[in-house]
Amino acid sequence: MNDTKYMNPYLAGFFLGLVLLATIYITGRGLGASGAVKSGVVAAVQSVAPSHTANTHFYQEYAEEHPGNPLKNWLVFEVIGVVIGAFISGLISNRLKFTLEHSAKIKRQTRIAGAIVGGLLFGFGAQLGRGCTSGAALSGMAVLSFGGIITMLAIFGGAYAFAYFLRKLWL
Amino acid sequence: MGPLVPEVIGNELNFVVALFVGIAFGFVLEQAGFSTSKKLVGLFYGYDFTVLRVFFTGGVTAIIGVVALNHFGLIDISLVYVNPTFLWSALVGGVIMGLGFVIGGYCPGTSVCAAAIGKIDAMYFVGGSFIGVLLFAEGYPLFEGLYKAANWGNIKIFEPLGMSQSLFAFLLVAMAVGAFWVVTMIETKVNGKPNPELNSKPLYVGLTAVALLIGLSAFAMPDRKEAFLAQANNASGESTVDVKIMTSDELAFRLIDNDQDLQLFDFRNQKDFNTLSLPKSVHYTLENIFEKDAHKFLTLKHAKNVFISDDEVLAEKAVSLAIKLGYRDIYVLRGGLNQFKSDILNFRMPEGAIARSEKDTYRFRSEACKIIPQLIEENRLKQSAGGEKKAKKRVLGGC
Repeated sequence: MNDTKYMNPYLAGFFLGLVLLATIYITGRGLGASGAVKSGVVAAVQSVAPSHTANTHFYQEYAEEHPGNPLKNWLVFEVIGVVIGAFISGLISNRLKFTLEHSAKIKRQTRIAGAIVGGLLFGFGAQLGRGCTSGAALSGMAVLSFGGIITMLAIFGGAYAFAYFLRKLWL
Repeated sequence: MGPLVPEVIGNELNFVVALFVGIAFGFVLEQAGFSTSKKLVGLFYGYDFTVLRVFFTGGVTAIIGVVALNHFGLIDISLVYVNPTFLWSALVGGVIMGLGFVIGGYCPGTSVCAAAIGKIDAMYFVGGSFIGVLLFAEGYPLFEGLYKAANWGNIKIFEPLGMSQSLFAFLLVAMAVGAFWVVTMIETKVNGKPNPELNSKPLYVGLTAVALLIGLSAFAMPDRKEAFLAQANNASGESTVDVKIMTSDELAFRLIDNDQDLQLFDFRNQKDFNTLSLPKSVHYTLENIFEKDAHKFLTLKHAKNVFISDDEVLAEKAVSLAIKLGYRDIYVLRGGLNQFKSDILNFRMPEGAIARSEKDTYRFRSEACKIIPQLIEENRLKQSAGGEKKAKKRVLGGC
């Protein structure tokens, strides 16, 4: 196939909703992403500095809530699936390519720095907000969670509030 | 009845489910175009609202789906993870994520997607998110106060707003559809030309109508529990269904006989239940009848299910509720536990002449009033030692 067009957004949204609904029906929980990053961080710190994780409050709380190996976590498996699914999609739509996408007006380094800083902020914020766009906003919306929906409003509201000042990064 | 985990699908198999869910999730996100930061940030600069379209269509589909599953009793909603509300951390965390979104051009899920098809910027974003989580973990004592402040519990959005779930779901669908029309106009204005893929007006007028109709269907699917409980509470007094009755004597006999099929559901309050409870009995509330646990017990073959309250009123209410939910063959203890106490536990041989027909009954009761308190005591010791506690396990979810 040689088709690089994207799916109709409403159709894609409908499928996304069905995936989420099936997940809730089967497992009783929604989708997520940043939780897998958390598991990864905990596992990494644990293997590098086991005494540190044993004595630090955050890791102690995590171990209490998630006994066992931090990588043996539902979201870790789910995110591995995301990588596979996205790869298959990229393959059949002919979009597999190593590129660094950025606005023509900014340098590569600026884009890289922006991606790292943005990732850092998102990772941090997702811990504070107990979930990211997938786990808090989308899955929270599906079960009409108050917390999930205000997190969603804060994410998009915050993004709009800052967008004007950062327009040079994109436009 | 859903969720299928952990009974139908075991906890280990659930990891396989996770993998397949992830594959579907990643595939859809990539097909929708969430693997390029240009499309994602288009949302914030008005030139591409794909994110909003996909996100809200997905959200609305899932909401209506969950409402429907709940209405038709296909899922025990009390077992589904509802993200807890911690007001301040949700708001502050959300705004920080928003800032990260405009600076980085991705969110965690989409960055993984984009990295999978070779976007180098997305790989840096994923790396950055690891650092962000690490910073939070290491600085946790500093943020813990904010993180745990204003815990409102697992509340639903329509509760503090004081509206019904149906109304909220409908309003949300209407809002989403309205937003779709508005953003299409904004897009056309910002780009100076209409989006060629989305300019089939009749199609979208049709889709709008369908979406609104589906939204309206939320009114036909009120929250099952609320609607049924309201009905049950209003219909107090005469019961409309003919309820099967079990007498104190039969119950006493089955207890002494150690009848394995006997299941007692005690609807008194927790305090009374703790003070005195019969063997083979579990504490239940009307809400519990809607749960998956009840489904498991009440559909067991050959089981003798008996609902118990102080008198008959509450137990009958519970039975009529259970019958509405499709459960059959449930008995009510005649006269409730009060009568059981006076008939059996505190049995006194009546003075004077005893009719021949009642003689056997009284002989049985005088024996039973010695045996059953022992059974109750044994059961109490067993409970406090082993702890056959009915702990409800809500699925742990979230990020």
